[in-house]
Amino acid sequence: MKRRDFFRSTAFLGLASIFGSDKIRAIGATEMAVAQSPDLVAVMGGEPEDMLEKALKEMGGIKKFVKKGQKVVIKPNIGWDRTPELAGNTNPKLIKKLTELCLKEAGAKEVIVFDHTCDNWQKTYKNSGIQDAVESAGGKMVPGNDQSMYKEHEFPKGIKLKKALVHQAILDCDVWFNVPVLKNHGGSKMTISMKNLMGIVWDRQFFHSNDLHQCIADSCTIDKKPALNIVDAYRVVKTNGPQGRSASDVAVLKTLLISPDFVAVDTAAVKFFNQVQAQKLEDVKHIFNGQDLKIGTTNLDAINIKKIKI
Amino acid sequence: MSKYLPLIRRIVASIVFAFFLFVFLDFTNSLNNLTGFFPKIQWIPALLSLSGVLIFLFALSLLFGRIYCSVLCPLGILQDIISYISRKIRGKKKSRLDYVEPSTIIRFSIMGVVLLTFVFGSSLVVLLLDPYSSFGRIASNLFRPLYILANNAIADLANSSGNFFFYKVEITTVNMLSVLTATGMFLIIGAFAWFRGRLYCNMICPVGSFLGLLSHFSLFKIRMNESRCTHCTLCEKKCKSQCIDSKNGFVDQTRCVTCFNCVSVCKSGGVSYQLSLPQKSPKVQKKEKKSIDNMERRRILASTGMMLLSIPLIRAEQLADTSKLTAINRQTPVAPPGAGSIKEFSGKCTACQLCITQCPSDVLKPATMHYGLEGIMQPTLIYTNGFCNFSCTLCTTICPTGALKPLTIEQKKTSQIGIAHFITENCVVYRDETDCGACSEHCPTQAVKMVDYKDGLRIPKVTPALCVGCGGCEYICPATPYKAIYVEGNSVHQKSEKIAEGKQDEPQVDDFGF
Repeated sequence: MKRRDFFRSTAFLGLASIFGSDKIRAIGATEMAVAQSPDLVAVMGGEPEDMLEKALKEMGGIKKFVKKGQKVVIKPNIGWDRTPELAGNTNPKLIKKLTELCLKEAGAKEVIVFDHTCDNWQKTYKNSGIQDAVESAGGKMVPGNDQSMYKEHEFPKGIKLKKALVHQAILDCDVWFNVPVLKNHGGSKMTISMKNLMGIVWDRQFFHSNDLHQCIADSCTIDKKPALNIVDAYRVVKTNGPQGRSASDVAVLKTLLISPDFVAVDTAAVKFFNQVQAQKLEDVKHIFNGQDLKIGTTNLDAINIKKIKI
Repeated sequence: MSKYLPLIRRIVASIVFAFFLFVFLDFTNSLNNLTGFFPKIQWIPALLSLSGVLIFLFALSLLFGRIYCSVLCPLGILQDIISYISRKIRGKKKSRLDYVEPSTIIRFSIMGVVLLTFVFGSSLVVLLLDPYSSFGRIASNLFRPLYILANNAIADLANSSGNFFFYKVEITTVNMLSVLTATGMFLIIGAFAWFRGRLYCNMICPVGSFLGLLSHFSLFKIRMNESRCTHCTLCEKKCKSQCIDSKNGFVDQTRCVTCFNCVSVCKSGGVSYQLSLPQKSPKVQKKEKKSIDNMERRRILASTGMMLLSIPLIRAEQLADTSKLTAINRQTPVAPPGAGSIKEFSGKCTACQLCITQCPSDVLKPATMHYGLEGIMQPTLIYTNGFCNFSCTLCTTICPTGALKPLTIEQKKTSQIGIAHFITENCVVYRDETDCGACSEHCPTQAVKMVDYKDGLRIPKVTPALCVGCGGCEYICPATPYKAIYVEGNSVHQKSEKIAEGKQDEPQVDDFGF
C-alpha cells in the first residue's frame, strides 16, 4: 500500500466510523436526525435496472458509497444451478447494472463478484447468467470453491459464531454490496440479506449444527459491513425454496428493497413476501436474533422509509 | 514414401496420445461430450458396447494389421515413449533388440482367460487387462495428481496477483487401491518397455493377442524381400516387437504392431509394407512358416487347457464379499446414472476412470469393495466432496464401454439411482431443537422437504417417489459423527416422479405490505 493510499483510507475510515456509528444510533431514536436520506427505499413495478437507479438516487447516488479508484465487491446469491427464470439466484440484470454503476459512474478500480455456491460453482456462475452479466459489464468473477481463498476472521460480538473463515475478497475490498434474492427457505424459513452472508463464509455446516438462526445473526455482526443490502424481489421463490422445483414456485413481483440495515430490510421483505405466501415474521428467528445483537431494527415505524411505485 | 511411414505414425500417435493425456488430466470439462471420442475407438470398449466403431476397427485391422497398437492405443504409445526415453538414456547400442520366439502359451492363455471369464460373467480380468483402461488408471491416478499440484502452484501465484483465470482444485478422485493398481501397472509396462520394447503387448495384452490372430488376415503386411535383403540385421535390431528374424527373412505377423521402423531403416529395400494375401507368402518361407503354424496350433491347444483349469479359481474369487458396511450402513452402493442396474453396469465397466476424472461434481470415486471384487475401481457415488448435479449427464455420454448408457437431461431428472433415508435420532433438529434444513435446501426435487415439527421448527421428511438419489442431502448434512440422511443405492435404477413444469405466478401485488 502506498503511503498516500494509507492516509486516504485511514481518513476515510475515520470519517466513516464517526458518521456510521452516529447513523446507527440514530436508528430507532428520533426521525429528525436522519432526514436527509431514507433508511430504506422500496421500489415496485419496474425493470431491475430502473428500480436500482431510482432506489440508489434516493439513497444519495452510487458515488456516495463508491469512491473513485476503490475496490468493490458485489455479493449476490449464486447458490444454485438454476436459470434466471427460476429465481434461485439474484437477477443477473440487477448485478450487471450495479457493476456498471460502480465502474462507469463511480469510477471504481475493480468490481469483484463471487459466492460460495451450493451447486458446482462453474455451472452455477454460468447458468445463473451472472458470470456473463458481470463480465460484459467489465467486472470480474472470482471463485469461492477453495478453502485457501478464505481467511480467519473474528466475530467478537457473535454468540455462537466467534470466528470463521471469510472470503478474502470481502476482507480485501474497500466497499461491498450485499445483493440477495428474496426466497422462501426450508431451513431458515426465509433467505434475504442476513442469510446471504452465509455465502462469504467457508464452513456453513457449522451454522447448521450450531443453531442456524443465531449463527446467521452472528455473521451479520461482521465489522466490515456491506454499504447496502440490495434485496432483489423481481422474481421470488415463494414455495419449495431456496431452489424451487419449477416455474410454479416463482412469483413475479418486480420489487427492489435497499437499506444499509440488515434487520430492517429483512423485516420489510418478509412483510412484503407475506402478501403472496403466508410467513410469520416471528418464525424467521434470525431477524430477531439480529435485533438483539443491535445490528438493526424490526420496528419499521421508527425508520425513514421511502416507497416508490413506477 | 515408405521412409515417411514412421514419421506419419508418430504424428498420428502424438495427436491421439495428447488427446488421451488431456482428457484424463483436464478438470475443466473443456471437451464436454467430445471427451469420449477416442476412448470409444478402443477395442475393448467397442466390443463391450457393441458399437458401430467395431466395424471400423475390424476394417482397420484387416487392412493394415495391428496399426491400432501403434497409433490408437494410449498404453501402446506410452510404451513407445518410455522406450524412446530409455534409448536416449541407455544409448542406442544397449537398446538394440534381437529376434525372440513368441511367448505363445502365455499370451493365448491370458487371452483365453479373459474371454472365458467374461463369458462366464466376470469382468475382473478384462477390467485389469484392457490396455486403454490401464492407461486411464495410470493417467488419472499418477499423472493427474501431479497436474493438479502444478495447477494449484500456478493458481496460488496468479490469485495472489489478482488473476483468477487459474483456480485451485482438490485431488479427490483417487484412493489407495486405485493408486496402487495404477502404480503396479505403470511399473510393469515401464519395465517391459524400458528393456524390451513392445513385449507387454505381445505377451500380456489380450487385445494384442487377439489382433495378432486377426492380423494373419490383414491385406497389408510387412514383408522381407529375399532378393534384396543383405542380412544386415538393422531391421531386426530396430524392431520393438522383436518379431523380425532377419537371418531367415521371417516376420512374425502376430506380433508386428506395424510401426514401420524396419521399413524406414532398411537401406536396400529388403523390407516393405505391401499388399499380401495370406496364401501368397514367399516360397522360401513357406515350409518354415507351416511348421511354426503347427507349433503354434499345439501351443494354442495347450494354453486353452491352462485357462480352462484356471476357471474354478476365478469363480471362487467371484464369490467373495460384495458389500462392505460403512458408518451409515449403506447396503447397496450407488452406481452412476445411466447404469441401468448394478449387475449390468459392473459387468461392462472396465474402470478406465474417465467418468471419475470428468465428473464436474466430484461425486464419482473409484470403488474399493463396494461392488465386490469384480467391481474394484469402478465408479460409485461417494458424497464426501459433492453430489450429483440434477441436470448433468456428462458421465453417461462419455462412457466408452456402454456401462453407462446416454441419458437426456429430461431422463436424467427422473433417473432414480438411489433413495434418501432419514435417521431422525441423528438429526440436528431432533437433537438440538434448532432449525437446520440443509438437506432439504440441497434437494432439487423437494423429495426431502421440511415439515412442521414443533415450536415453529421444521424437520426433514423424505418422499421416496420424488428422490433421484443425487445425495445433495447426504453431502451437506452437518450431523456428526453420523449423518442423519444418506442415500441407499438402487441395485436396479428406477424412475422417479416427474416434477410438473408449472407456470410462473404473476399475482396482483400493489402494496409493499409494510
